[in-house]
Amino acid sequence: MTINVNPPVAPDTQQTMGPQDYIRRSASKVPEPERKLEPVAKLIDVSKCIGCKACQSACLEWNDLREEVGVNVGVYDNPHDLTPNTFTLMRFTEWVNDETGNLEWLIRKDGCMHCADPGCLKACPAPGAIVQYSNGVVDFVHENCIGCGYCVQGCPFNIPRISKADNRAYKCTLCSDRIAVGQGPACAKACPTKAIVFGTKEEMKAHAEKRIEDLKSRGYDNAGLYDPPGVGGTHVMYVLHHADRPSLYAGLPDNPRISPVVEAWKGVTKYAGLALMGFAAAAGVVHMALSGRNRVSREDDEEARRLAAQAPAAEPQDGEPRA
Amino acid sequence: MTDTMMHGAPRPAPQVSKKEIDRGDKLIVGPEVQVNRYTRWARINHWITAISLILLALSGLALFHPSLYWLTGLFGGGQMTRWIHPWIGVVLFVSFAGLFIRFFRLNLPSREDAQWTARIGDVLKGNEEKLPEVGKYNAGQKFVFWAMSILIITLIVSGLGVWEEYFSGMLTIPQRRIAVLIHSMAAVAIICVWIVHVYAAFWVQGTLGAMTRGKVSGGWAWRHHRKWFRALAAYGQREKISSADKR
Amino acid sequence: MTNSWTDIRNTDLVIIMGGNAAEAHPCGFKWVTEAKANRGAKLIVVDPRFTRSASVADYYAPIRQGTDIAFLLGVIKYCIDNDKVQWDYVRAFTNAAYIVKEGFDYKDGLFTGYDSEKRDYDRSTWDYEIGEDGYVVTDETLQNPRCVWNLLKKHVSVYTPEMVERICGTPKDKFLKVAEMISECSTPDKTMTSMYALGWTQHSKGSQNIRSMAMLQLILGNIGVRGGGMNALRGHSNIQGLTDIGLMSNLIPGYLNIPTEREVAYATYIGSRGFKPLRPNQMSYWQNYPKFFVSFMKAMWGSAATPENDFAYHFLPKLDVASYDVLRAFEMMDQGQMFGYFCQGFNPLLAFPNRGKLTRSLSKLKYLVIMDPLETETARFWENHGTHNDVDTASIQTEVYQLPSTCFAEDEGALVNSGRWLQWHWAAQNPPGDAKADTWIMAQLHLRLKKMYQEEGGKFPDPILNLTWPYANPDEPSPDELARELNGYAVADLRDPNDPTKVVLEAGKQVPNFGTLRADGSTACGCWIYSGCYTEDGNMMARRDNNDPDATGAYSNWAFSWPANRRILYNRASCDLDGKPWDPSRKLIEWNGEKWVGYDVPDIAVTANPREVGPFIMNPEGQSRLFTRGMMRDGPFPAHYEPFESPVANVVAPAIRGNPVARVFASDREEFGDAAEFPYAATSYRLTEHFHYWTKHVWVNAVLQPEFFVEISEELAAEKGIEKGGWCRVWNKRGSVHAKAVVTKRIQPLVCDGKPVHIVGIPLHWGFTGAAKNGWGPNTLTPFVGDANIETPEFKAFLVNIERSDGPATA
Repeated sequence: MTINVNPPVAPDTQQTMGPQDYIRRSASKVPEPERKLEPVAKLIDVSKCIGCKACQSACLEWNDLREEVGVNVGVYDNPHDLTPNTFTLMRFTEWVNDETGNLEWLIRKDGCMHCADPGCLKACPAPGAIVQYSNGVVDFVHENCIGCGYCVQGCPFNIPRISKADNRAYKCTLCSDRIAVGQGPACAKACPTKAIVFGTKEEMKAHAEKRIEDLKSRGYDNAGLYDPPGVGGTHVMYVLHHADRPSLYAGLPDNPRISPVVEAWKGVTKYAGLALMGFAAAAGVVHMALSGRNRVSREDDEEARRLAAQAPAAEPQDGEPRA
Repeated sequence: MTDTMMHGAPRPAPQVSKKEIDRGDKLIVGPEVQVNRYTRWARINHWITAISLILLALSGLALFHPSLYWLTGLFGGGQMTRWIHPWIGVVLFVSFAGLFIRFFRLNLPSREDAQWTARIGDVLKGNEEKLPEVGKYNAGQKFVFWAMSILIITLIVSGLGVWEEYFSGMLTIPQRRIAVLIHSMAAVAIICVWIVHVYAAFWVQGTLGAMTRGKVSGGWAWRHHRKWFRALAAYGQREKISSADKR
Repeated sequence: MTNSWTDIRNTDLVIIMGGNAAEAHPCGFKWVTEAKANRGAKLIVVDPRFTRSASVADYYAPIRQGTDIAFLLGVIKYCIDNDKVQWDYVRAFTNAAYIVKEGFDYKDGLFTGYDSEKRDYDRSTWDYEIGEDGYVVTDETLQNPRCVWNLLKKHVSVYTPEMVERICGTPKDKFLKVAEMISECSTPDKTMTSMYALGWTQHSKGSQNIRSMAMLQLILGNIGVRGGGMNALRGHSNIQGLTDIGLMSNLIPGYLNIPTEREVAYATYIGSRGFKPLRPNQMSYWQNYPKFFVSFMKAMWGSAATPENDFAYHFLPKLDVASYDVLRAFEMMDQGQMFGYFCQGFNPLLAFPNRGKLTRSLSKLKYLVIMDPLETETARFWENHGTHNDVDTASIQTEVYQLPSTCFAEDEGALVNSGRWLQWHWAAQNPPGDAKADTWIMAQLHLRLKKMYQEEGGKFPDPILNLTWPYANPDEPSPDELARELNGYAVADLRDPNDPTKVVLEAGKQVPNFGTLRADGSTACGCWIYSGCYTEDGNMMARRDNNDPDATGAYSNWAFSWPANRRILYNRASCDLDGKPWDPSRKLIEWNGEKWVGYDVPDIAVTANPREVGPFIMNPEGQSRLFTRGMMRDGPFPAHYEPFESPVANVVAPAIRGNPVARVFASDREEFGDAAEFPYAATSYRLTEHFHYWTKHVWVNAVLQPEFFVEISEELAAEKGIEKGGWCRVWNKRGSVHAKAVVTKRIQPLVCDGKPVHIVGIPLHWGFTGAAKNGWGPNTLTPFVGDANIETPEFKAFLVNIERSDGPATA
């Protein structure tokens, strides 16, 4: 199978993807789309990756991002983490294989996984700030973003970053703007070894199968595809030599899922909270209706006058209550 | 004891303490008995707190549930709401700290609180005569006070933890998830407490004056906070005014 | 490259040694990935560091830098001992059976004829025995103890796996595993490709490193076949073009030689380039040397080059030394013998060794001209940049001229890639500011000099006054015109030698190939190997047809591959003596009984009978050389020599320091360090995030690798108290640098000759101009000595000391 990462662009290319293809929209509902786009996926074959960072530079260039020139902190990871300007990052891990005793330099391209069940979107309070297309792309719509950072809490992969410059959340878009005109992501185009390939999710899974077969033939018995079911599968997948231990790869989650805390926050708390507050208010109304106001009686006023008329007592000597 | 109270028959005055009195509490004896319950600064402090809390509730609810997102319109949109909410929180916290310092002494638990609480049914029915005499604050008010105190501390701490703009690096993401969950649950709780507080103020006639004019009627004090009233009568400052002096 | 980048996908085994293709050639490395993914090819990496290439390798073995010859001769010994030799190939296509002259010997690390005074050999015994028929005497049975094969066996016998471990620090089991994997490619249906780069060339015996692998490849029958070959990965997109076009001080285009002072007469020069065949029937293609040379002279001086004046041979300079290489040039500046210097697309202050000496030398110049698109360190060598360039500006009198030039994307022309492909490219944008194309600058220099000579005269103005300058716009020759000139054209009508009435090519027409060139002055050609790149059919370099019939990887209609659009050199060797492919599944060309046909342009006369004519047509033998006669200054066989600065003594020849014939200037010898004072074995290299000293000017690249660092093992870091990400200082007699420390498992201490050797890795991308953080290059520390044959500096193996530091002094 040939994967055409970068088919030629016809000059009259039409936008093939737009708001009509949303299947989810944060803090709001979308109508059922009239058509369903073919699910797409980016497959990152860690075993083919040479860590050249071409993907990183392509990402910076295509998205016109200006990252800061940093410093060296003793590793090859630069920048040191994802930032609002770094949507993708090579993460390098030196690992001595406990079975073979050989050093392995595991290099993983980190970035948004485009979960089928996106935690960011679930957590987002701003209507339309995060959308999911029917082909699986999860995208941030920056004009709707309020910069609250809930997506950061919602994401099981620690991906979104909030810009200090404009207080909006940023992450890999899967080059939705390129996909919309029939292109693959910029990182896939730049990848010299085809470690990053892009196509329909089915094609990518089939491609991964072949890669896994090859890896198994080279002694990587646990080679496999990372398409974690805990988040409904992802539209960015990895071929890993050690698929039984994803966390070797710079802490790729072994079993990612939307945190139960986030589920509780965005689920039961949201509804129970509203109910509780409504109940409290309603209880007041009912109580008022049933028992009327608590009024001061004439007798109370009389007693007050009587007591007030009495002379004040002498100062208690020790200041302690007498009782 | 209640029997004698009911009949208003002469009886030995219960022993009261000067410590029931707050600074600024004062008996005003005129044609009508009035009691200064809150000083001007206390009232200003209260209302800053109150307004902050309301704004926080509105802005917080806007981000809490999509159906309330429209409330962001009150603050100039989502970005402004996100920006202003934590700052109001800081105002609330500082302001409430003032209230706390003012009020915490008389909100410390006392013997009659348990009895009062045990008779919560009578409280709700307005059967004050069946309740023990209480000081400046009854157990319900104390509950509101302490609930507010604890919840506000909870909210400010958890709120700082998820204050993206300045403290995004303070907590780990799992900690922030817990913080935001706690924040939202505490917010629900504080709104409920607030509803109780506001409702009680409306339900018990004559209460609002305490926070508007700073005064309550003698009858109100006698009826609801008799121990306090007795202490004031016994040891408190008093001011005599003629009807002409009446403000 | 004997083969091409695209051919690598045809291999069964890739060995990356003396290079780091994934790091330094990530785009070309895609073909390794293709071979692995689609053919199940294996990848071996042998390197002092666990590199990015190693990260995707099937097998990695460590090696101490500068010991590759011992390793490779060890592999050759392994193949011989285990009969892993492609015998049919070795017998038919190498000089294994040739008898070597009596008197040749190798002892104590030296070959016969060594003169320690001159640091040179009398190479007269390094030759074949010539029979009465004028041809080399051979023993096809390989029984004669003086045949090349038996001499080779004897020569490599010392390189046992134990010896390899002692010298290289490669654990024996790992060496044996690598040797075994390599030796499996001795069958005709398995090939190995060798990918190497500066990791082999930048040694005082760089050429011999490469020869060692070339010999191994011959023994395995891997030269001339698909998926095989010796593949030098060139560091610049056009560095292949640089050597092709003769920018070496001792070459003229197409690997022709600048005459030496012993060749004052044309007859002497051309007479020594007859290249008579050493075996019967051989093509000995250099017999055509006069055609290429005369055509070059015609391209240069046109009508001023006539048969009567020996085609203006007297216009050519005559070398009084072996070469005026860069090292010598700086030595001459330092000695006050050179007072002007042109740097065209060259940043020697970072690119050549011993920066202290370079600064000192540049400071003695009267003028320095910089032609570069970038603000290079060399252009600013006189400027004080604090600790990063601590010079006393006031004391430097050198006048520096900066001529801003275009970068590759701003002009048109051909780049020659490692695979010898001349690929035309077009300008993508206009140059900024006052930047001018190099052709404009050179044209202006020429025209203005010419005018001065015309007006003022001079000692010998003729070569400049008579230079052919036929361009439409003399002020700026177009790339198109220059390309046509390189291809060559008929000066006069070319007539069929057999039928003089027939004109085969009219005057003024482009020649179709170098076979058309003539020695009588009727053709002109700027660079004979490029002939065919721009014919009457148009610009062949601009072709963009990526069809590849039967997926051979040849892509014959994509651009133009020199020579003659041939994609794999020596491709005749892909077939046996009957002209049938060794591996039918990897057919390239074959003999159909009458002529050679196939996917590639045959590297032999198309009608040459396979049983008569050998595949290595450039050699007078017609066969390849396991024994090189006198062509290499440092030996007809490679031998292990330590780097000039080595942590251990030479185990096989303890008395010898470095390469015994490498040129060392006196002042530089004093600055060599020894292991007692500088115990750590340093090496320099490139990182994938950067290209040399250029991309630090690019913001994005600066982001990806912002700051100078050195790499050391966890063990050395612990020993020295150096923290990961902390500062350290690295120094030797030549200089001192401060760097961040990358403490890594990817560098492991080696045990060489029973002694632990720590390696310090020093990447080279930082200086004091550009977007990245200021830093140093390894050249502050590297020794001023080059390869014995071609003077490539020894950047890959030198000694340093290291300590924890507080970072460079600020202010």
